[in-house]
Amino acid sequence: MKRNDDFQERRAHLADLTDEQLEARFWELANKLVDPLLEMGYEYTSPAVERSVLLRMGFSSLEAKAIVEGCIKHDIISHGAGHVVYRLSKTENMPLRDAGVALSEGKLWEKAESLFNGGN
Amino acid sequence: MSDYKLDPNKPIDVAEILKDLEHYHPRRRGWTWRKPVPDLHMGPFEYQDCTEPLKRSVPLPPAHYFGDIDPQPGPVITTEIASGRFEDDIRRMRMAAHHGADHIMVIRTAGQSHFDGLIEGTPQGMGGVPITRKQVRAQRKALDMIEDEVGRPINYHSYVSGVAGPDIAVMFAEEGVNGVHQDPQYNVIYRNINMIRSFVDACESKKLIAWAGMAQIDGAHNANATAREAWKVMPELMVQHGINAIFSARVGINKKNICLSTVPPTATPAPCVHMDLPYAVALRDLFHEYRMRAQMNTKYIESSTREATVTHVLNMFISKLTSADIQSTITPDEGRNVPWHIYNIEACDTAKQTLVGLDGLMEMVELKKDGYLREKARELKERAILFMEEMLEQGGYFNAVQEGMFVDSGIYPERNGDGIARKIDGGIGAGTIFKRADDYMAPVTAHYGYNNVAQYGEEYKDNPSALIGGCTLECPEKIIYIDELDEQDNVNVRMSETKEFTPGGKKIRPEMEWLADGTVMLTMFFPAPKQIAEAAALECAKRMNLTECEVISREIMHPQEGTRIEVKGKVPFEIDVDKLEIPKEPDVLSDDVIRKDIERRPMKIVAATVGEDEHSVGLREIIDIKHGGIEKYGMEVHYLGTSCPPEKLVNAAVELNADAIMASTIISHDDIHYKNIAKIDQIAREMGIRDKIIFIAGGTQVTPELARKAGADEGFGRGTHGVHNATFLIKRRWEMEAAEKAKNEKK
Repeated sequence: MKRNDDFQERRAHLADLTDEQLEARFWELANKLVDPLLEMGYEYTSPAVERSVLLRMGFSSLEAKAIVEGCIKHDIISHGAGHVVYRLSKTENMPLRDAGVALSEGKLWEKAESLFNGGN
Repeated sequence: MSDYKLDPNKPIDVAEILKDLEHYHPRRRGWTWRKPVPDLHMGPFEYQDCTEPLKRSVPLPPAHYFGDIDPQPGPVITTEIASGRFEDDIRRMRMAAHHGADHIMVIRTAGQSHFDGLIEGTPQGMGGVPITRKQVRAQRKALDMIEDEVGRPINYHSYVSGVAGPDIAVMFAEEGVNGVHQDPQYNVIYRNINMIRSFVDACESKKLIAWAGMAQIDGAHNANATAREAWKVMPELMVQHGINAIFSARVGINKKNICLSTVPPTATPAPCVHMDLPYAVALRDLFHEYRMRAQMNTKYIESSTREATVTHVLNMFISKLTSADIQSTITPDEGRNVPWHIYNIEACDTAKQTLVGLDGLMEMVELKKDGYLREKARELKERAILFMEEMLEQGGYFNAVQEGMFVDSGIYPERNGDGIARKIDGGIGAGTIFKRADDYMAPVTAHYGYNNVAQYGEEYKDNPSALIGGCTLECPEKIIYIDELDEQDNVNVRMSETKEFTPGGKKIRPEMEWLADGTVMLTMFFPAPKQIAEAAALECAKRMNLTECEVISREIMHPQEGTRIEVKGKVPFEIDVDKLEIPKEPDVLSDDVIRKDIERRPMKIVAATVGEDEHSVGLREIIDIKHGGIEKYGMEVHYLGTSCPPEKLVNAAVELNADAIMASTIISHDDIHYKNIAKIDQIAREMGIRDKIIFIAGGTQVTPELARKAGADEGFGRGTHGVHNATFLIKRRWEMEAAEKAKNEKK
């Protein structure tokens, strides 16, 4: 888009605002712009978010990457990669770390998938 | 754990830092601001805006005139250190901390933004360092020791961006990183990472940043560096700041830890202060709840380090007239190479010097409350608001980016249609977000968004990680540490290759960025136009046996009369430290001690250039107060002039009842200088005053040993200053007084 500077016409509705009102307007608009972005972050997850969860659960970066890739492949990422590891460890009655390491080595995926009924 | 401790009198032992890293955990988290000390007294001065002084530091060059004081200005001072080899950067960090840096920012290696996961080990970087757990741990551990040495907490900083933002944010929270760059807009606009993915990831990253109390810096300054005409993006910069600031605050970061990365957009020869100051004022008006990280202009930096330094001083003038919580420094060599050690230090000193020099400025001046400054600031704010109104009309942030609203070279609402447009469904990582299912769950601390941990018990709702007995943020022992993944590309291999040059050892080479890199820089002037001068400079460097020579700066003095050239190259040899002849440091008393002793007991001196010798400059410099000579200590000097016969000099000493004779003797033909010294000694003996008087002799050809042999108490050669003579005179008098006292006691 190309447009000449029409600042003088556009600003008409701002001209009479006090500095305080102008500041309030700025933040009102900024808040409106980020509302949907925050909402999206609330509702969605990503491979990086899920790896970061697994890191915090005590898995290495290499293990986390493999587990998340497995969760995407088996279509169970929407339940949370950490959740997959957690539930597998409970149902298999094995330590959390062992469950995750097994998944990172490509093991127990059928079991994991069945726990979440094959996805959404 | 290793019990290695930093010794202020030794180089840091990087090999020791690298030991036991698997067991290292950071001793604190979060950002630290400097502590202001109102009405600070240091040396003869009082400061208005300075902060707690350091325990150990390297002061500015003229500090020795003022008792070696090193006042520390108010803002945290940043230096960006990342040569590609983190192990060599550790030594640079220690130097920078001693020059006043308390914010060490590590630039990432090219391409890390697009690496989907954490990099592990210690591969070498390009234009930065691969940020890995081992590298972060080593540098944080070194900084723990360095901060103890200087006596001020040092903030360690890197980047949470790219497609692995949340991974990196976790690692940083675990490893005690204190500050980060985090701004999803940076991913979108400059790294072409999918916008939806970037914002989803940013929520998680920011939640972790909030948890760890890190300071966050945004990425808006990049618009300034990218735009065709940097000053025209000012309204947009405010929008970018606004989006990241409120987005971060709403995720949970304390506003006092959210810093705007703001750059004065223009540089000379533009009337930059006139253009930049209204923008700085507008920003501080709108964002008064947030912090300012004052970045310096890099957009217009050229290869002249002098020019860059002046731009940066002007940038700091804006900081001082408005405010800066963090004062960034850009190395003045940024326009010519990946920054060298010496330029990091220069940049820190430039910041310290400027801000201390401007101490108390705002007690004397204030910005006008009306007129051009305020009108222009208001205009910029209105343009920013209009920008956001149009974004909302377009359907919000994503659509606005897709429409190419950002980094357009027109000053909004003007549009030139050359903005950076990104597709909502395009870019790296497109199509990689997943809607969370109803039972979505993550049993960890500092997780953003929907988390149905209550399905396993209501008690976990406010503390999800309790479900697994705590995550790494509560139980750092759960962190899995990876040492190295690449057998060839790692720090151990690099350090073994330069082992013989380990600092403090027997071999040494010049160094600009990496240990023993051999790099040197030469400055030359040729009375020739640029092209001839460049070629001649390279030929010179080659004939000086330098390798890998390259012209790094050329400045025209006159199109025909001459060109200034700077060349870099590498020396092909090494130096054996044990074979160096290292002259002894001259012994000097402090000015205060000398002055006090003259107050206690005055000293009268007769001085002259002896023999048939008309040279007077050297002796006058030793004597004259205006040259910093010995008169400044209150010594009474009777100067008899040049070509003074030895008899006349000794006679004057007797007549005036002088404490000392100073003879200058420059001409050395036929050893006449030593003959004259011997003559003065002989006459003084004949007149019976030799044991009561101090006799010193000096001159460019005088060597102390031969002067003593000829009969002087001491000789002074080339490079002597008044303080050296004064020190000797005072010390000799102390010896004579002690001998006299001993003699009297014997009686």
